[in-house]
Amino acid sequence: MTQYVVLSAILFTIGCVGVLTRRNAIVVFMCVELMLNACNLAFVAFAKQHGNLDGQVAAFFVMVVAAAEVVVGLAIIMTIFRTRRSASVDDASLLKY
Amino acid sequence: MDHVTIPVVDPGSAEGVLSLLWLVIALPLAGAAVLLVGGPLAGARAKGAMDRWGPWLACTAVGWSFLLSLAMFFALLGHDAEERQVGQHLFTWFEAGSLHVGMDLLYDQLSALFLLLITGVGFLIHVYSVGYMAHDARRLRFFGYLNLFVAAMLVLVLSANFLGLFLGWEGVGLASYLLIGFWQHKHSAAAAAKKAFVINRVGDIGLSLAVAVMFATFGTTDFTTISAVAGEASQGTLNALGLLLLLAACGKSAQVPLQAWLLDAMEGPTPVSALIHAATMVTAGVYLITRSNFIYEHTPLAQTAVVVVATVTLLWGAILGCAKDDIKKALAGSTMSQIGYMMLAAGLGPAGYPFAIFHLLTHGFFKANMFLGAGSVMHGMDDDVDMRHYGALRTYMPVTFLTFAMGYLAIIGFPLFSGFWSKDKIIETALAENTVVGLCALLGAGITGFYMTRLMLMTFFGDKRWEPGVHPHESPQVMTIPLIVLAALSVLGGVMIIGSWIVGWLEPVTGHAVHPEPPIAPILVTLLVVAVVAVGVAAAWFLIGRRDIPREAPAEVSFATRAARSDLYGDAINDVLVVQPGMGLARGLTTFDRAGVDGVVEGGSAAVGGISGTLRRVQNGFVRSYALSLLGGALLVVLALLAVNLG
Repeated sequence: MTQYVVLSAILFTIGCVGVLTRRNAIVVFMCVELMLNACNLAFVAFAKQHGNLDGQVAAFFVMVVAAAEVVVGLAIIMTIFRTRRSASVDDASLLKY
Repeated sequence: MDHVTIPVVDPGSAEGVLSLLWLVIALPLAGAAVLLVGGPLAGARAKGAMDRWGPWLACTAVGWSFLLSLAMFFALLGHDAEERQVGQHLFTWFEAGSLHVGMDLLYDQLSALFLLLITGVGFLIHVYSVGYMAHDARRLRFFGYLNLFVAAMLVLVLSANFLGLFLGWEGVGLASYLLIGFWQHKHSAAAAAKKAFVINRVGDIGLSLAVAVMFATFGTTDFTTISAVAGEASQGTLNALGLLLLLAACGKSAQVPLQAWLLDAMEGPTPVSALIHAATMVTAGVYLITRSNFIYEHTPLAQTAVVVVATVTLLWGAILGCAKDDIKKALAGSTMSQIGYMMLAAGLGPAGYPFAIFHLLTHGFFKANMFLGAGSVMHGMDDDVDMRHYGALRTYMPVTFLTFAMGYLAIIGFPLFSGFWSKDKIIETALAENTVVGLCALLGAGITGFYMTRLMLMTFFGDKRWEPGVHPHESPQVMTIPLIVLAALSVLGGVMIIGSWIVGWLEPVTGHAVHPEPPIAPILVTLLVVAVVAVGVAAAWFLIGRRDIPREAPAEVSFATRAARSDLYGDAINDVLVVQPGMGLARGLTTFDRAGVDGVVEGGSAAVGGISGTLRRVQNGFVRSYALSLLGGALLVVLALLAVNLG
């Protein structure tokens, strides 16, 4: 049981650090997916521990949302790359004060 | 005064001609509505007809009111003395909980006399105005205002409760304001109108507070109820009521300390000065005090205050009358002084009330007469009001001169003229009550003789001192006929005192008087008054009549003359006591508002603006910094949750 939660925490931390440090939008995106899946892992683990299906249902919801997010997010990244020839998140910083 | 029984107002219902009471008010009101609303709405052709017939319409409205008043007066004469109070309920004004205020009218011996004075003198002055204002482009509006004034004045004297009286009180104040400032293109007229309005407001505060105190104490303002239960209120309440009503009377009747507006009010057209600022409106204060006799009988303190105010005013006004070169201002000073006499009589209780009303009526006749005469003189002298530019007018304006002379003899109290009877009675009553007050009133009579003789001499006698190009001429008949009627009334007004008729007539309203023993016989008082007046007249003859009158007022004059010329420094006193502190307060409040209130509000918004200007730098456009702050926030939430759960 503990192993699952520890693995989940490790994956989440990796994703977190990735989001904060990487500049490539694709990689940042992958890190976000990593964090989502870490959460899914925790959900499923706790569902198993408590013996009910709530966590598993939540995991399905997260997957659905993640899939939708990937569709929209990749489309945005594609468009930005086509116009600016760059996939760096730091370059797209015009929307500010 | 302890054993005076105060009469209770207990009106019966109106029948016969008396049931037309409401019409007396409605006629002038309708006239005002037609002239003030119809005038501006009328087309070009209708305008011409209205300009021609509108003034006569106004006269007709007041004339019918007068005829109705006359018919009602005779109907009242036919009743028994106990049944001479008639009430008429028109409609409920407003109702809230236990508060019930009706639009009720009360027609009794007192209001009957006032009705005759207001509509009668009002009608004559309307007719006179047709001639006087014939060439004024805005005369429709003038007559509309005059009708409005008459209607408001009738509401004032006919209302059966203090709230209705207050309605009329404000109405006449409004009409007075509009008419003083009628020639609003003149700066002085506009300023005088404002001054009159503002000073009157001070008095109005007194009346509105008195009404409020009555609601709080008695639950009503009906004369009927209050006259029955007034004695049950606490002494403090009664004193307050008496003093508040006196304040109101001071404002409306130009008594010291609220006297400063009356002389400036002479900026209005002369018929206005005659009707509003001599015969009717300024006497409303005397009416108020006489009508509130059931309150004053219980408060000797307020009565004393009335007497003091009146005595000061009657001398004050008389002194002003001596120094003014403006004929209308000299007459206005005289009006102030004569109203002082009326107030004095009203302050003396039931012994004085009938004489206050008597003098009010005779003064209404002779002062209206003299003001209209002054208007006639001004009409002939190209609207010059400076008496130093008059002189020798008696042969050029014989009718004006003769009618004016009747008014003059009446006001100085020449034996057998109306003013002789009324003033003599007041001085006699005052002497019996208090020697000092009586002597002041006597002195006032002497000064009256002086300033009125001065006015006569400067206007009608002596050498011609006219401005070049002035050709004095007698006024048209439409102006002289009212003068003749008023002159006849000035002479004959004294008939009301025959057999003490007016005393008996008013007794059911003002109460039976227990006359204190006079210190000297009445006939001696009369002789004394005549002697003092003769001294005043002789003094005027020696000081003014025998000498040449300079066309410019001499600059090197005694302190007394200078003081009287500047209204005994009334304006300066107001300025120091009220205007300057008021301006100081206003300036202080402005400073506080700018620095304090605005500072807090604007400083707060500036601080918020500054802080947000700094804070918005946080939104720098870098997604990763947003993610970091998101993480930080989430961590904070988790830590807080942990702290709560573990702690």
